Amino acid sequence: MSARRLDDESPDRLYTVTGGRSDAGDIELDLVSLVIAEFEPAPGMQSEHARILELCRRPIAIVELAAELRLPVSVVKILVSDLLDTGRLSLRRSARPAGKAQLPDMEILKQVLIGLESL
Amino acid sequence: MDSRVSDPAVRAPLSDTATTGLKIVIVGGFGVGKTSLVGSVSEIHPLSTEEIMTQAGVGVDDVGQVRDKRTTTVAFDFGRITLNAENILYLFGAPGQERFWFLWDQLFAGSLGAIVLVDTRRLEESWYAIDRLEHHGMPFVVAVNRFEGQGPSLDQIRDALSLPPDVPLIDCDARLRESGKFVLITLVRHLTRLSERMP
Repeated sequence: MSARRLDDESPDRLYTVTGGRSDAGDIELDLVSLVIAEFEPAPGMQSEHARILELCRRPIAIVELAAELRLPVSVVKILVSDLLDTGRLSLRRSARPAGKAQLPDMEILKQVLIGLESL
Repeated sequence: MDSRVSDPAVRAPLSDTATTGLKIVIVGGFGVGKTSLVGSVSEIHPLSTEEIMTQAGVGVDDVGQVRDKRTTTVAFDFGRITLNAENILYLFGAPGQERFWFLWDQLFAGSLGAIVLVDTRRLEESWYAIDRLEHHGMPFVVAVNRFEGQGPSLDQIRDALSLPPDVPLIDCDARLRESGKFVLITLVRHLTRLSERMP
């Protein structure tokens, strides 16, 4: 596991990509929230937005987008929120409601167990 | 440990029917085998991504340096398992050290449960992780990655970690698919038992 200074990777670029924002707005996005493109990239679109739409032709998780784009997760959340706000992307039925101490429901656990046993 | 971003053209996309992402987090010290465990069961080569570590997450030692705008990033690995048409299970390898705690909140929010991966030569590295998991009420199992055949028995390890008797403790070889699968199934069975106990 590595912790390193962001200086090594052009903070200016991160700032530009997000327009200087550090908050993804009202939409609660989880690392495993799945998103899918509703439209093809449009000419003149910010290159990161266009790239996200390309990667989202099939459902994809936020964390996978971050890995593909080589951008920090929080930056990707901001970019994805932009596209959700304008309807170019849509959120699939969201992941389990957040709640650290909450136990998952039995139906989900049963499905997970069946899935794992058939690995 | 070396994980790279794969070529999207090669990496299989999710099915169009996928709707729900689920999470299980694997916590452990550096070099304990988290990425091996993720990779042993993942349908994709483990991917690495990173998150920005903000001032608040840097730790007590740095509070005196508020004017220092240093920002660091922390990398973490993940893999995935398509469980069925709708549900996709993501496995995250999370660094266990205290200074990475800020990342834990994001990883653990809404996750099914956790696996603490333990190296018997460095048991003390697991104390902090176990303590935090108990504090947050996050259900977990402990898997001992046996680098050598010998070492302390599971009973001795349970004592050393002060693990309650109802927390499953098992041996594993994080490199092997069957072993990784067994660890995950042990966690899910544990979660099922805990859920059954709820009124």
